[in-house]
Amino acid sequence: MNRVLRLIRRRAISSIPVLLIVVVLTFLLLESASGDAVDAYLLSIGGGDATVAQALRQAYGLDQSMFARLWLYASSLARLDLGWSVAFGRPVFDLILERLPNTLLLMGSATVLSFGLGSTLGIVAGAKPESLGDRALSTVSLVLYAIPSFWLGLVLSIIFAVQLRWLPTSGIETIASDKTGLARVTDIAWHLVLPVSALTLIYMALFLRVMRAGMAEAWTMDFVLFARSKGLSRTRIVLRHVARNALLPLVTMLGLQSAAMLGGSVVIESIFAIPGFGRLAQEAVSGRDAPLLMGIIVVSAVLVIGVNLVIDIIYAALDPRIGASEPRA
Amino acid sequence: MSIASLSRRTLFQAGAALLASTALPRFARAQNAPSGGRLIVAADSEPKNLNPAIVASNGVFFIASKVVEPLAEASFESKDGLSPRLATSWEGSADGRSVTFKLREGVKWHDGKPFTSADVAFSALNIWKPLQNLGRLVFANLETVDTPDEATAIFRFSKPTPVQLIRNALPVVSSVVPKHVYEGTDIATNPANTKLIGTGPFKFAEYKPGEYYRLTKNENYWSEGEPKLDEVIFRVLPDRAGAGAALEAEEIQLAAFSAVPLTDLDRISKVPGIKIISEGYEALTYQLVVEINHRRKELSDIKVRQAIAHAINRKFVVDTIFLGYAAASTGPVPKNAPEFYDADVPTYDFDVAKANALLDEAGYSKGANGTRFSLKLRPAPYFNETRQFGDYLRQALAAIGIDAQLFNADSAAHQKAVYTDHDFDLAVAPPVFRGDPAISTTILVQSGIPAGVPFSNQGGYGSKELDGIIAKAAETVDTPARTELYKQFQRIVAADLPLINVAEWGFITVARDTVLNVSNNPRWAVSNWADTALHS
Repeated sequence: MNRVLRLIRRRAISSIPVLLIVVVLTFLLLESASGDAVDAYLLSIGGGDATVAQALRQAYGLDQSMFARLWLYASSLARLDLGWSVAFGRPVFDLILERLPNTLLLMGSATVLSFGLGSTLGIVAGAKPESLGDRALSTVSLVLYAIPSFWLGLVLSIIFAVQLRWLPTSGIETIASDKTGLARVTDIAWHLVLPVSALTLIYMALFLRVMRAGMAEAWTMDFVLFARSKGLSRTRIVLRHVARNALLPLVTMLGLQSAAMLGGSVVIESIFAIPGFGRLAQEAVSGRDAPLLMGIIVVSAVLVIGVNLVIDIIYAALDPRIGASEPRA
Repeated sequence: MSIASLSRRTLFQAGAALLASTALPRFARAQNAPSGGRLIVAADSEPKNLNPAIVASNGVFFIASKVVEPLAEASFESKDGLSPRLATSWEGSADGRSVTFKLREGVKWHDGKPFTSADVAFSALNIWKPLQNLGRLVFANLETVDTPDEATAIFRFSKPTPVQLIRNALPVVSSVVPKHVYEGTDIATNPANTKLIGTGPFKFAEYKPGEYYRLTKNENYWSEGEPKLDEVIFRVLPDRAGAGAALEAEEIQLAAFSAVPLTDLDRISKVPGIKIISEGYEALTYQLVVEINHRRKELSDIKVRQAIAHAINRKFVVDTIFLGYAAASTGPVPKNAPEFYDADVPTYDFDVAKANALLDEAGYSKGANGTRFSLKLRPAPYFNETRQFGDYLRQALAAIGIDAQLFNADSAAHQKAVYTDHDFDLAVAPPVFRGDPAISTTILVQSGIPAGVPFSNQGGYGSKELDGIIAKAAETVDTPARTELYKQFQRIVAADLPLINVAEWGFITVARDTVLNVSNNPRWAVSNWADTALHS
């Protein structure tokens, strides 16, 4: 337990410079893009005269120097104030709070499913390397992994929503339906089937391949040879010895993929019209909405740091060597 | 439905309604249309300020026009091309110093308070003139609004103001909002800017960000028997393929503003129960224009500009890029504005040999590699078609020895590069013709506009003659005289080529057959939909 607490404390301290770097880099990146929030807004309303543009720049604080704005933002962030979105005219915190649950639901379900399915199928494939089953699974996973997510999303939507009409084409729930309780939960689950499948299929392929590779490697290890010579059953060897050791890199992958999935959800959220985090980020960039984009990135960074912390704790549980030799602060 | 026929539209606006209603049964108004039902429509943007009195843009009108009404709406059949809404009549004085509006009586706001001339006066003086993107221009000389009684509003101007301009601008600039909600508040941040209160056929009920807007029937609407629908829902579908799929799956019933891309129309038109409609955008004509930076020595030469105009195959642009849903342009005023349109202007046929000869004449002969000079070309990214035309223009210019380098950027970056930094030689722009050349057309060629004004002349062009005509038309009260000035304007623009008009287009509506009374006015998508109905 002590070990875990130490890990958390160390991570919390080290995440501060990480967040700071993320904020400054995002700000500079958006700053280096040509055009500002006023250009984007005037375009959306079909034009405006120079006085309007100037008044807006003043109102948005865009007439101040880059450093003044960065300082203003960073200092308010230090007070846990995410600021005001210029593109939406609302507090960034409210916007994020509104969209985050949808993305977490989408990503969470996809992660659990892809990890579960991927590792199980990976065990099946890795149980007998080079067998027919292994080859079939490897081929399928390679094909799935090569498919761009937007294409898979569109194809699934055309087949199951437009042609067969089994599932809704888009949205997070039936619009203006006044559903509550269990009916609403079922409705949301129903709407998530296609987007979650699209994300799951692609990430599942990745987990499958990593698991299978790990198993293939574990088979060559001496302890496996020893287990066999002990006369253990094949199932027992596969599950207790080979799979368990192959699981370690998979857990590492899980941490890395949680960040990649945040990115991948941008596309899926647009295709399936899910009001989530990824789509918000896309709108923030096209609206040159620096406070909103930075709010999104900071929250994403905190999420990814949090997920990786959890992964490390799991890791420590899986492999007792990890964290044992931590320097005592 | 076949290809958009501009001549047919022209007929309409000329008032041949009788002929047209037999020729085109779609416009036969289904007077006995059924009542009730929920119409679900695709929306692709969520404006942060939904108040059409402040933001007069199509994105806002699409949703807000059902809730907040203007004084008058564009019409195919009525006199002056206007049908009355909150105003029942309008009359300009001979000296151009005043316009008198008679207002509709017995109209109530959605919160139950009565609508009066005070609301019109407040909207005009406190919102349209100081705050609205287009009203700032149209009502620049508005001094006061007299309200002798509750049903009369007299607009008084400090300088002669053409009643023709006011009339043409009415559908766009005159959305009336309630004085009792806005008075004494900060208008720009009033909560009613997102939760609208109007007099229209639908009330604003609910907005779920990223998902939908819900409007419900106004039971006390002033027009007897309207609206027909119980609810209108604007469902946010950001993906280009989303609207088409949702229509096919019958999750939505209508997608306007070409939400279904042109390339999908052929396929979706074959789906039973779906109709494709190219009418209903006549007063929202978009123009495909090549903007020219006259600071570039080569481009300041009229022969070079003529050569570029001759190098563009307008028929190819219309047929291949717009798949026929457009018409070739002759000048800065579209054919859809028959009140102003003048066909008798210099035109530039597709003629590569002539273009090459003009460039030789101008002294820019081909170098060893066949190139005369290089240009920086920036196509606006707002439409697929503007980007595609950028690709086409590059090839067309290559054929006459001009090497155009494409610079593609996203919207905000394009905006800044062209309209603030002037970092372009040629740009492709899609300006809108808004019913009167003075609203957003003359600004494209007028000189002396400060940098940073979007969709204006930022190419450094200046013509005393043209500036003179624009200034004169701005204060010419007599309608025929003013119209004549704009005909001159067109001739000069077409001859001197401050920019090159290539094509003009309206949008496409795709709807299920069950939706009735679609596209029955020239601004249909952004009108109030009071008579739109659903066939159950």
